[in-house]
Amino acid sequence: MRGLLNHRLFPALAMSAVIVLLPLVLPSAYYYRVAALVFVFALAAVGLNLLMGFAGQVSLGHAGFMGIGAYAVAIGPTHLNLPSWLAFVGGAGLSALVAFAVGRPILRLKGHYLAVATLGFGLLLAIAFSNEARFTGGPDGMAVSRFAVFGLSVRGAQAWYWITAASFLIGAVLALNLIESPTGRALRAIHDSEVAARVLGVDIARMKLAVFVVSAVYASVAGSYFAFLNGHITPDVSGFLRSIELVAMVVLGGLGSVAGSLVGAALLVMLPQTLTSLHDYEHMALGLIIMAVMIFLRAGIVPTLARALGRA
Amino acid sequence: MTELLQFTFSGLTVGAVYALVALGFTLIYNSCDVINFAQGEFVMLGGMTTVFLGLAGVPLPLAACFAVVLTVAVGLALHRFAIEPARGSGAVVLIIITIGASIFLRGAAQVIFDKRFHTLPPFVGGDAIRIAGAAILPQSLVVLAGAVIILVLLWAFIERTLIGKAMVATAANEIAARLVGIDTRAAVGLSFAIAAAIGAVAGILITPIALTSYDVGTVLALKGFAAAMLGGIGSAVGAVIGGLVLGLLEAFAAGYVSSQYKDAVAFLVILIVLLAMPRGLFGRAPVERV
Amino acid sequence: MPAYANIGAVIAVLLAIGAGQACAQVKLGAVLSVTGPASFLGDPEKKTLEMYVDDINAKGGVNGQKLQLVVYDDGADANAARTFATRLVEEDKVVAMVGGTTTGATLAMMPVFEEAQIPLISLAGAVQIIEPVRKWVFKTPHTDRMACQKIFADLKQRNLTTIALISGTDAFGKSMRDQCVAVAPQAGISIAHEESYGPRDSDMTPQLTNIKGKAGVQAVVNPGFGQGPAIVTRNYRQLGIALPLYQSHGVASKQFIELAGPAADGVRLPAAALLVAEKLADNDAQKPVVVAYTQTYQQKTGQPVSTFGGHAYDGLMIFVEAAKRAGSFDGAKVRDEIEKTKNFVGTGGIVNMSPNDHLGLDLSAFRMLEIKAGGWTLVQ
Repeated sequence: MRGLLNHRLFPALAMSAVIVLLPLVLPSAYYYRVAALVFVFALAAVGLNLLMGFAGQVSLGHAGFMGIGAYAVAIGPTHLNLPSWLAFVGGAGLSALVAFAVGRPILRLKGHYLAVATLGFGLLLAIAFSNEARFTGGPDGMAVSRFAVFGLSVRGAQAWYWITAASFLIGAVLALNLIESPTGRALRAIHDSEVAARVLGVDIARMKLAVFVVSAVYASVAGSYFAFLNGHITPDVSGFLRSIELVAMVVLGGLGSVAGSLVGAALLVMLPQTLTSLHDYEHMALGLIIMAVMIFLRAGIVPTLARALGRA
Repeated sequence: MTELLQFTFSGLTVGAVYALVALGFTLIYNSCDVINFAQGEFVMLGGMTTVFLGLAGVPLPLAACFAVVLTVAVGLALHRFAIEPARGSGAVVLIIITIGASIFLRGAAQVIFDKRFHTLPPFVGGDAIRIAGAAILPQSLVVLAGAVIILVLLWAFIERTLIGKAMVATAANEIAARLVGIDTRAAVGLSFAIAAAIGAVAGILITPIALTSYDVGTVLALKGFAAAMLGGIGSAVGAVIGGLVLGLLEAFAAGYVSSQYKDAVAFLVILIVLLAMPRGLFGRAPVERV
Repeated sequence: MPAYANIGAVIAVLLAIGAGQACAQVKLGAVLSVTGPASFLGDPEKKTLEMYVDDINAKGGVNGQKLQLVVYDDGADANAARTFATRLVEEDKVVAMVGGTTTGATLAMMPVFEEAQIPLISLAGAVQIIEPVRKWVFKTPHTDRMACQKIFADLKQRNLTTIALISGTDAFGKSMRDQCVAVAPQAGISIAHEESYGPRDSDMTPQLTNIKGKAGVQAVVNPGFGQGPAIVTRNYRQLGIALPLYQSHGVASKQFIELAGPAADGVRLPAAALLVAEKLADNDAQKPVVVAYTQTYQQKTGQPVSTFGGHAYDGLMIFVEAAKRAGSFDGAKVRDEIEKTKNFVGTGGIVNMSPNDHLGLDLSAFRMLEIKAGGWTLVQ
């Protein structure tokens, strides 16, 4: 039992169990939709967690990549007559390219300077999505055609539940494997001390860039699913607040914890749904909960609880 | 020529607003390495409290003083009940706490105040001053003067008083500061109080120009943060210069390039400046502890 | 063993979401932007709906049943709106929905209601909500295209044909700008110059300086809502521009005059009769409705009336009257009756819907107003 619990893929196993069992208690399409949204944001958060939790680099512009993925599947089929799966793949490829091009110069910046540079990058994308109304429909957004493969179109919250859940699991397993690989160890070395890592012969710049590109692809894929799930997309998807939300998901769930990203995403997606009964006091409660989690579970929800249980 | 002058006036007006917000970021960053995302809410509290006390019949100067005191109290509470208990956590955890605080304060403001826009009368005359065909409002000069006065006071405080020096010492090395007998907790608390006061004053000064509402803080925090980083975080002079440069960039971009893409142009220039000067315009040389 | 501990928590929270109360009342849904950048629209809408649903229930309800209003706040985020729309349909089982404060939110929610076959009455401005006509979707505010047409007609009357546009880059400003550009040629108006500003900008003098320097411009039109137009108006006077300035129906509340101050003098805008309730002729069919609404709203909230709350009033009353005529809350029957709405006197105008017009207002619903000495006056 101990061996199983300590296995590196245990979190993935536990999360699959949740995903398979959850439909037994989900009463309606609304719950499936909320769950699918949780998986979508969790996927983006896992990617960002690789960057923040392992490589120690903060990005306040990650929603920009969600925007690229989302608008790729909206614009591709509408304006370029691309099949939606190709637009989906193309969006991920484009995000990787953009991340590569942008990451090379800006990842040289450190700490808050990197934060403001990524923030600027995200804003530039959001402004472009909002202004280029011919392609994007402007601030009111544009409709997204259904996802179709081999002529079969995907519809309904249940179908999206399984697709997003499976994608999240794949993303989580890939992330867990990456973390345990030599690359992952090199990344953690960067997180702990860049100078020490450099002394050990780690090519820091290349490592950071690689993980930035990977995290951008995660966000882009999540953005594409988000667009399909909503059937309508607005520039808010790549806005500053969305980027902040992603960072909050990662930190609340636990920096460096893949399962934590799922919990963080679940918390921030479901809280606005549960707090509606508070009406005007909703935002006060949301702010208080965020502060309380960070004060009392400073390492994040999952790592703190795991440590507590490990001790017990 | 008239155009250039008018764009400059506009840039200075907007830039002075950003400069005041950026100054608040600087102080808290200097004492505990935290970017306080609730700084924008301090600005909102200053403006909105003054407006509502004014509506309730309190004379405006008195209302403004109350607003500053109230905001300082909120700043101290933020430090005491949210930052202090999380001491020793990483910077990113503290930042998330300030984001939570900003959501909370905005939520409280929409319940206590309302969701409409408000304004205050200008402090000195509403008629524009005309120079060579360009026009600037007297209130813009008030905001500019406010930024400069706060900058000078801050400089005098940090360089010329023992308490100020204690704050700098706390920022540089908390453990060493404690060893020489500085109450570092009080030093950080003080920085929150002063940052809140600066925010509140900023909110009161800019409301006659920029108007205010319960959610005005988000955009101000965003722009103020960018300005502080452009100037070099931690430098008070940098915050003011960064703010003014950002304002001028926006005005010139709107006037000469494209008003649709003016924010984009401004952020592009910030990116380029940071790539050339990774510590901002006035940032200190990096000290990396191994 | 990280994930284990949280499975229980996740399930518990998910279950908690569903713990809605069982109620025999008929539920009416409303997804509104009560907070966020459109809160000054969503807030009066919410207050209006709550006020009048209480009022209707106090008078015995509709078809012998009481209404229960379910309001969700989307914060002007289309994604949140979509989720709440699903929730209204799947969980709350609403019979109809009055809402969608913003166009983006409405567009995101429409497919949910069309699929569930539940009537939706939107409170958003853009014309694309009702064009093409969608079976289950209606709206109450005048379209932004009508606002452009009304302004252009007034310009023609004053023999002004060359204009400059300065619009907000937010959804409202952008959408109305597009409509104005589209209908300008038909109206014989040429747009000589265009500028824009961000929704939170605090100074628009560079844009206005460019407009001022443009030869041949005879008037300036400002499609926008929120605080932007107030600052545009102040900057306009600050620069001493003497050309006529037109604002849109997006600033149609007394608050605009307060914010813009003396600079607002002489500004014209198209707006519903609601704003000039007291000044309407006594034989005006809308007078009793708008005077009653104004009094009720100002008395209950202590805030000046705006046309945005009025749109919510119209939406609610169109639904209630349709349900009464249908004699039931059956979705299809109510929908058919909404479409048959004829001579409904609302705050926005007199509504005559038809299978190919799900708005039912014409240009006569708009009044051209001019601000004089801090108040509204009707332009004859």
